[in-house]
Amino acid sequence: MSDFTSEFWNWYIAVLTVVSIVGCAVLLWMQTTRRAPGAKIDTTGHVWDEDLQEWNNPLPNWWRWLFYITVVFSLVYLAFYPGLGSFRGSLGWSQTKQYEDEVKKADATYGPIYAKYAAMDFDKLAGDANAMAIGQNLYLNYCAQCHASDARGAKGFPNLADADWQWGGDPKVIKETILNGRMAVMPPQGAALGPEGVKDVAHYVMSLSGMASDSIRVARGKEKFATICAACHGPDGKGNPALGAPNLTDKVWLYGGSEADIVATLQNGRTGQMPAWKGFLGEAKSHLVAAYVWSVGNKPAK
Amino acid sequence: MNDPLGGQAIAKDLERRGATAAASAGPVKEGELALYAARKKIYPRTVHGLFDRWRWALVWLTQLVFYGLPWLAWNDRQAVLFDLAARKFYVLGFVFWPQDFIYLTALLIIAALSLFLFTAVGGRLWCGYACPQTVYTEMFMWIERKIEGGRAQRMLLDEGPMSARKLAIKAAKHGAWIAVALWTGFTFVGYFTPIKELWGAVASLSTGPWETFWILFYGFATYGNAGWMREQVCKYMCPYARFQSAMFDRDTMIVTYDAARGEPRGPRSRKIAHGAGALGDCVNCGLCVQVCPTGIDIRDGLQYECIGCAACIDACDQVMSKFHYPTGLIRYSTENALAHGWGFRQMVRRVLRTRTLIYGAILLGVMAVLAGALYLRVPLKVDIVRDRASLAREVEGGRIENVYRIQLMNTQELPHRFRIAASGLPGIGVASESEVEVPAATTRQVPLRVQIDPGATAKGSHRIEVEVKALDDERIIAREQAVFLVR
Repeated sequence: MSDFTSEFWNWYIAVLTVVSIVGCAVLLWMQTTRRAPGAKIDTTGHVWDEDLQEWNNPLPNWWRWLFYITVVFSLVYLAFYPGLGSFRGSLGWSQTKQYEDEVKKADATYGPIYAKYAAMDFDKLAGDANAMAIGQNLYLNYCAQCHASDARGAKGFPNLADADWQWGGDPKVIKETILNGRMAVMPPQGAALGPEGVKDVAHYVMSLSGMASDSIRVARGKEKFATICAACHGPDGKGNPALGAPNLTDKVWLYGGSEADIVATLQNGRTGQMPAWKGFLGEAKSHLVAAYVWSVGNKPAK
Repeated sequence: MNDPLGGQAIAKDLERRGATAAASAGPVKEGELALYAARKKIYPRTVHGLFDRWRWALVWLTQLVFYGLPWLAWNDRQAVLFDLAARKFYVLGFVFWPQDFIYLTALLIIAALSLFLFTAVGGRLWCGYACPQTVYTEMFMWIERKIEGGRAQRMLLDEGPMSARKLAIKAAKHGAWIAVALWTGFTFVGYFTPIKELWGAVASLSTGPWETFWILFYGFATYGNAGWMREQVCKYMCPYARFQSAMFDRDTMIVTYDAARGEPRGPRSRKIAHGAGALGDCVNCGLCVQVCPTGIDIRDGLQYECIGCAACIDACDQVMSKFHYPTGLIRYSTENALAHGWGFRQMVRRVLRTRTLIYGAILLGVMAVLAGALYLRVPLKVDIVRDRASLAREVEGGRIENVYRIQLMNTQELPHRFRIAASGLPGIGVASESEVEVPAATTRQVPLRVQIDPGATAKGSHRIEVEVKALDDERIIAREQAVFLVR
């Protein structure tokens, strides 16, 4: 057992446990008094409330035997289950094994259901009410913490219900995103642009979405955008799903669309991580979640 | 009276109770007796009479309900079914959910108050007539009587050596007992698993592990308690026997021996007219002791072992009638009635006293509240949980949006379409789908988006109310508070 740095503590616990249990049995045996038939029983000698006395009777037999049974039970238990230091017990039981057995059992029960859905196309799944109900449950359990219960996201966590997809909105790509995760990095440009340059580029980016902007700054920012930003966001600012570089022309702002927000993004950069779910959800469940997320985005907005 | 072993049996009974020994050996001996004496088997003699008929009426009533109820159907389901796995509890027209446990609390309060009231009025009526321990013991003793015979025959059989005949009789008795016990266990499990399916499973020996365990365990408990333990359950295991006295007062009608009328007791010829000799009315036949299921002598006064079954009243009344004496030497009477020599009417008038009136008033109050609550119960429950990770978000038109998860629990066995509406802030409205279909007796969870006008209210947290209404039944309506954040 790696919990202890030396074997001493294993033996310390094991010996202490056995000695305690056996000690209980010995104590019980030593303290047992048997009443000779017809012998007179005394009181304990204490008197309360003038005349209240207590018989000094021995413990009833059924009670005494219950004590012995607990002693035997604990020894048998320790033979079967872990408890004596590093001794694992003859049954080889462990919490991890029990957990794994339960997961295996659940997989055997629910695996076929997911396998059935994993073999279906995204189109068909999106039209299957049962599949979507399961997909929604999975989504609410694992995705809603960041992307919100209605899939419309929050600051820093993309909205999944609109038409804008940072990494591509094809259901196969969504599944890829869920399985392997994504790492989006906007590098800080404060040093390269300088304080004025940052503002210029911010105004240019705002102009791309048709927002109010300073035309002098826009003109200056345009040049800097072409040399520094266009590599990822494209010369027209429409972004590049292969890199996870967002479209800057669609009024969708993951980290806020005010001038201050955009300046902060340019100045300090942003890092967005979608964790990989392959290990936890597995292929089949991810397939179903992808279908659900895709169906949410494809629903006509209300 | 025609019992050939009568006299012998009385002597044995007295010996069994250790009455003579205890009287001479002092209190130490008595204390030991109560705790350490091995159980002396009690052979209660059969008795017929008014109170015996009452008891059998209650045996029939309670057991017809217990054994029969699971077989009744209500629409397309079992009328009474406690579905633990689905956490739904069907009782006739109602479907209770775990959230409804408050009704069970009310039911338990009613049960407790009824116990107080009945005990204050008539002593241990519950023990004597309705307690399952009494009821099943009564049934098991009936089986015993049919197979082994009367009291004297049972005693002879037990005293005799083992023989083929004795073995056959005992086997038949235990077989019958076990059959009844198993049927009882099966019925019990039938309240938790649909009993018709359970019957199929039992017939093909394919019950699940828990069903099997509970059928056998409940069956074993019935067999053990009603067949073997009997009065020991009442004397040593049941806590109620020990706190009953707290509910008694001087006007509680308990099974009482009228010592003033009965003493001095003694046998006499039937030819002597009533009241002519020096003796009291008690002829000391010992029948009251022989019929007692807990093996006590009621003539010693109120004892904790007495379960109030009134078998001794039935027995004594028969004897009194044969002697042409007035009945009621042992009767339901109160301490006050005995002390003041009250008649029956005077005694019964004392049933209405402060204690019973208070018990009765509280009891009626709780029953009225429960009935009202059940009548007004709305078969819809709503829970709203705000998305914790996100604060407010701004959407098109500058409107402020908060996201919730709303859980709609349709507890009725009909599907409903619900409309969700929000109120409490200027321009508030539900932006997500406001109509939701929920199937019969099902829970549905949907995301809920609530929006308000930009600048409608100050930053911070605001209370809003969400109302959910069934479109097809205006009585089904539920309101729930939630918090709306503005930043």
